[in-house]
Amino acid sequence: MTDCYTDILIIGAGPAGLAAAIAAKEQGIDSIVVLERESEPGGILRQCIHNGFGLHRFKEELTGPEYAQRDILRADELGIPLECGTTVLSVSADRTVTCVSSEKGFRKIKAGAVILAMGCRERPRGALCTPGTRCAGIYSAGTAQRFVNLEGFMPGKRVVILGSGDIGLIMARRMSLQSAEVLACVEIMPYSSGLNRNIVQCLEDYGIPLYLSHTVTDIRGRERLTGVTIAKVDEKRNPVPGTEIDFECDTLLLSCGLIPENELSLTAGVELSAATSGPVVSNTLETSVPGIFACGNVLHVHDLVDHVSEESARAGRAAAEYVQHGHSGGRFVPVADGPGVRGTVPQKVLPNSGEDLHLMFRPTDVFRSACAVVECGGREIIRKKAMIFTPGEMAEVTVRKELLDNLSDAGIIVRIEGEKQNG
Amino acid sequence: MDKIITCINCPVGCRMTVQLSDEGVFLSAAGNTCPRGAKYAEQECTKPLRMITAVIPVSGSSRPLSVKTSAPVPKDRIREIMRVLAEVSVDTPVAAGDIIVRNILNSGADIVATRNL
Repeated sequence: MTDCYTDILIIGAGPAGLAAAIAAKEQGIDSIVVLERESEPGGILRQCIHNGFGLHRFKEELTGPEYAQRDILRADELGIPLECGTTVLSVSADRTVTCVSSEKGFRKIKAGAVILAMGCRERPRGALCTPGTRCAGIYSAGTAQRFVNLEGFMPGKRVVILGSGDIGLIMARRMSLQSAEVLACVEIMPYSSGLNRNIVQCLEDYGIPLYLSHTVTDIRGRERLTGVTIAKVDEKRNPVPGTEIDFECDTLLLSCGLIPENELSLTAGVELSAATSGPVVSNTLETSVPGIFACGNVLHVHDLVDHVSEESARAGRAAAEYVQHGHSGGRFVPVADGPGVRGTVPQKVLPNSGEDLHLMFRPTDVFRSACAVVECGGREIIRKKAMIFTPGEMAEVTVRKELLDNLSDAGIIVRIEGEKQNG
Repeated sequence: MDKIITCINCPVGCRMTVQLSDEGVFLSAAGNTCPRGAKYAEQECTKPLRMITAVIPVSGSSRPLSVKTSAPVPKDRIREIMRVLAEVSVDTPVAAGDIIVRNILNSGADIVATRNL
């Protein structure tokens, strides 16, 4: 039973889904539907009320809601229906999407192409192997961000933050500004994965100490959290006895990484990459299932929304092309991670596709004065120098389309050449 | 007088040693690898500025309103400005771009709504 048909169905009306929808519409596709689980479009940007978004794309610094608003207005102008309050239950390999909403009930929608734009989730406490009791007062940083910025209440008064990713740093500042006391930010690695800007403006400005090479070794509290213990860790990340510090606190925020949310992708049988936890895609951002595309944080976790929008617009155009002209098909050439590189997207390339190839990846370590090198069949095709590569910042190399003719079957290898910096 | 600061312009994050006169006047910066570093060091050591973003309660709405300063304000006035914001009362409807407080504490910056509510 299929209730209706649409040319392109997009799952998620965050920055990725909106950019993909706008691009597909501008490419001449009339029948587009965007399904969104939340009551409003905008995705995670709605709760990111700090500024700094859009510097690349708009050449100005916007807050998250302002950035989202620009795409929402554009989608409105183009007459793209954004169906909020609609939860997708499954996607089948033949691109039938099953969804449910209080307004329209249970539906099956058949689509010419599906674009996965569900974003990512925070790594939860259960995945961190934290010790101690299971008391209240422990939240992921993004959950706390939602409470404070969207729902208008504070999750606690005395806060310790585990993990120094950007969301944790941003929440350190937010909690301080909204009159909580942030006692410490604790990072197991010898470096923070957050931006320097956030270390300075979210921690140093508020006198919050950053404990590098430390982790939480005890969590106390029967009903509500009453305190945590942190300790230094050695090179193998094992706690060093005798280095413990106790904090009395009622709140522990976890900012320990993001994972693409691919439960729906799996229902369609989409192949996932172990390195990115997102779908394996070609240079057109098509997954292993024909006609299903992926973009934004569901594909791989980005640092900047500007890059999400850019990537998603490419997915929107590729899906439009698929609907209008069908599958181009052909022989894919694999793209592999070389030394110093992890999670290169896309994982395969169709040679002679007539478009530049955007390779995105994360450095495995901090490298100073290093080069990103792209090789094909033992032949170096690109060498890009940078003052620094860090795991906290996604690196990008563009391969011009002329260089993609006659690619060797051996495939493309991306690696970083240079000296690793320890600590 | 020396001061050590981290440049925030790019991921390199140069550690700079800044020399200030006894009166706090910027003299020089060392350790930066590009001219943007020196410029940032001077600004940061003489008149550090920050954008403030915050949420304020709205009467008649269970949801708070997100706001920002229309321009960066002196860093040492953040606390004062937040205290004023805690007392501000706003009624719905509000549109993104509406001015909530004009020229807050004579800082030259307005408090502006960043969402519709």
